[in-house]
Amino acid sequence: MTGITGLLDRRRTVPQKYIPVLVTAGLFVAMFVAGGIRYENFATGQIILNVFIDNAFLLVVAVGMTFVILTGGIDLSVGSVVALATMLSASLLKDGWPAFAVMALVLVIGAVLGLAMGAIIHYFEIQPFIVTLAGMFLARGLCYTISTESIPIDNPTFTDIAQTRINFGGDLSVTPSALIAVAVVLIAAYVLHYTRLGRNVYATGGSEQSALLMGLPVARTKIAVYTISGFCSALGGLLFAFYSLSGYGLSAVGMELDAIAAVVIGGTLLTGGSGFLLGTVLGVLVLGLIQTIISFEGTLSSWWTKIFIGLLLFVFILLQRVFSGGSRRRAP
Amino acid sequence: MAAPAPILRMSGIGKQFPGVKALDGVDFRLLPGEVHALMGENGAGKSTLIKVLTGVYDIDAGEIELEGRRVAFSSPLAAQQAGISTVYQEVNLCANLSVAENIFIGREPRRFGRIQWQTMRRRATEILSRLDLDLDVSAPLTSYSLAIQQMVAIARAVDIDAKVLILDEPTSSLDADEVAQLFRVMRRLKEQGIAILFVSHFLDQIYEISDRMTILRNGTLVGEYLTSELSQVDLVGKMIGRELADLEKLEARPPAREAAPLVEADHLGRSGAIEPFTLTIHEGEVVGLAGLLGSGRTEVARLLFGADHAGTGSLKIGGEQVNLRTPRSAVSRKLAFCSENRRAEGLIPDLTVRENIILALQAARGWSRPIPRRKQDELVDKYIAALNIRPANPDQLIRNLSGGNQQKVLLARWLILEPRLLILDEPTRGIDVGAKAEIQRLVAELSDGGMAVLFISAELEEVLRLSHKVGVLRDRRLVAELDNDEGLTTDTLTETIASGARS
Repeated sequence: MTGITGLLDRRRTVPQKYIPVLVTAGLFVAMFVAGGIRYENFATGQIILNVFIDNAFLLVVAVGMTFVILTGGIDLSVGSVVALATMLSASLLKDGWPAFAVMALVLVIGAVLGLAMGAIIHYFEIQPFIVTLAGMFLARGLCYTISTESIPIDNPTFTDIAQTRINFGGDLSVTPSALIAVAVVLIAAYVLHYTRLGRNVYATGGSEQSALLMGLPVARTKIAVYTISGFCSALGGLLFAFYSLSGYGLSAVGMELDAIAAVVIGGTLLTGGSGFLLGTVLGVLVLGLIQTIISFEGTLSSWWTKIFIGLLLFVFILLQRVFSGGSRRRAP
Repeated sequence: MAAPAPILRMSGIGKQFPGVKALDGVDFRLLPGEVHALMGENGAGKSTLIKVLTGVYDIDAGEIELEGRRVAFSSPLAAQQAGISTVYQEVNLCANLSVAENIFIGREPRRFGRIQWQTMRRRATEILSRLDLDLDVSAPLTSYSLAIQQMVAIARAVDIDAKVLILDEPTSSLDADEVAQLFRVMRRLKEQGIAILFVSHFLDQIYEISDRMTILRNGTLVGEYLTSELSQVDLVGKMIGRELADLEKLEARPPAREAAPLVEADHLGRSGAIEPFTLTIHEGEVVGLAGLLGSGRTEVARLLFGADHAGTGSLKIGGEQVNLRTPRSAVSRKLAFCSENRRAEGLIPDLTVRENIILALQAARGWSRPIPRRKQDELVDKYIAALNIRPANPDQLIRNLSGGNQQKVLLARWLILEPRLLILDEPTRGIDVGAKAEIQRLVAELSDGGMAVLFISAELEEVLRLSHKVGVLRDRRLVAELDNDEGLTTDTLTETIASGARS
């Protein structure tokens, strides 16, 4: 009896909606501690910062993906848009365009691509899966019309950004890209929690029909999330260009799946309406930490990363099923 | 009392759907400070009229005037901004959001674009306390019952500066106390001069709360009446366009004949769902199940149908010991189950009437043996006629049909299999008097034809009227099995449900 009431009490103090995020946070801490015990020089702050540095682009892309998935949609085009952004930057810089004009143009193109896909999804009532799949092929194909080869970037602004290190004192330092990614996360979290757009995103994901009948601007919201996702992909592409200092049409293949994986591991429901940006951040960190651990292990092939991600996804999808099934049973 | 100028006037409204004339030249007016009931059978055009008014659909003919100005709303949002708020039959809120958000979303208190969560929660608490509700406004809406969700929807509608409040069957899922609470709220709003358009299938409620009513039939206007001047019998007559005598005919049920037992459940049970029960259903017998919501009525049905696995006991069908692992094996033994939740578990809204009717038969035959089109048409036409499904168009999409007609399509789907036992879980909930009578008559006819029926309903009168035998459930236990003889009345039934056994 006391066990049951204890359980109920705990449930009251930790609302059910936070549980998936807490599970992911617990997983991250456990992995970090385990790594620290197993490997020397693992449990340092720089390891975590490196995860941010190496996954800054993925984090930004996953933020955009979180918006889309919260409305119950999906965006498969993000990886290709990332590649397109790197290719556009590299080729325009090679043609002598000024760096900031290139950045601005790339961001606008990403946002416009997203806007177009969002408009098609909403006004023609076509599955987001299909529309963004088409967007994926389109963007990837556009990369090859620019060049099938890898184009190096030697623009001084880009190389400066790539090589700058911001020191936090001690041995801790990060790249500007990581800071940009964190800024994107903070802005996005604010938008989701404190603006009407953000709440409309949750409402649309909860029930599009209800949102419409409550008089919410569903059309604007749906188109906005794909625009945001397109913008984030383009920004992620820029960060990827800073990171790799080249543009290549075959880069970021399958990144959309990494981003979706990060969002799901972060506890966001694929059916929409439930999830937090913090979860997505933790999801990206978990993915990054798996890679770090495998590189520390040394003898393991990098394919193990995929195997672990696969297993984690299974576990989290099952977890989602348990939670959403539980809430359905509670509903009358 | 001099009639004030109507706040809303709709005249000559026409609305055409593919293959259906949903509204034809309907006039409607709404006075400030009145509760106006919109009456009609399912499919009479009530929902369409409301949707036309609130901008969900465009109108094909006629005009709408609000406060003397001609209006045409392009969306529910536009209607809301003009002061017409709607609470629909199904709670149209976002269950994933908190109570406070559901009241305020779209109109959140903001400062410099930033949502003021604290202000929002405080104001939500205030609004709800005015409706005598004390809720944790930051809890997600899912954590509250459907009745509370309905109240939250009303709180939302009222907080918007509403001149016209439309309540589309708000009471269908509320219990008596909650209905009383809702009516208190409605009277208060009425005093404030808000015009309330009220739709309900419960005639008693209509007579309790409404001042005036407009009756529709088959998409046309029958007339507008003062509630105090129209008797219930006349009202029903006007709604269904024929006399009530049809309804009464059923009253005399022939006694159950001595027939072979069809389904024998012996200490069948499932832990957590229903305690072991013993129940025998004979051929041609209608067995009613009575009990409160959540007393285990549906669980009994699901066990008999194999939708849930039985933990204990045994089940015999036609004298043969069976172990139903899936609904499929139940269907192959000629059992049929018409689910309580017709929207979620039964009908496929984007398929046509024909496809929905054929579905179970096709599934029973196996997909490798398609039913010839001619056979399909023949069967479908037969059942559309037999059940009086309106519109009688087999190619109409299910979602364009009214609730009662959807229910009939679902019934047709199972009847086509010619089952030996038909399980009906709340087949008449949320449908109007006329359709209800048709379904009841159908059940009686089927049982006369030798089909066994397990009839589950929250309405005791209905159970009593139809059943030869009534099983009473309480707290997930079959507490009594009563023969429907002279001595059994709704009072004794209620008493049994309340006390657990008949003395």
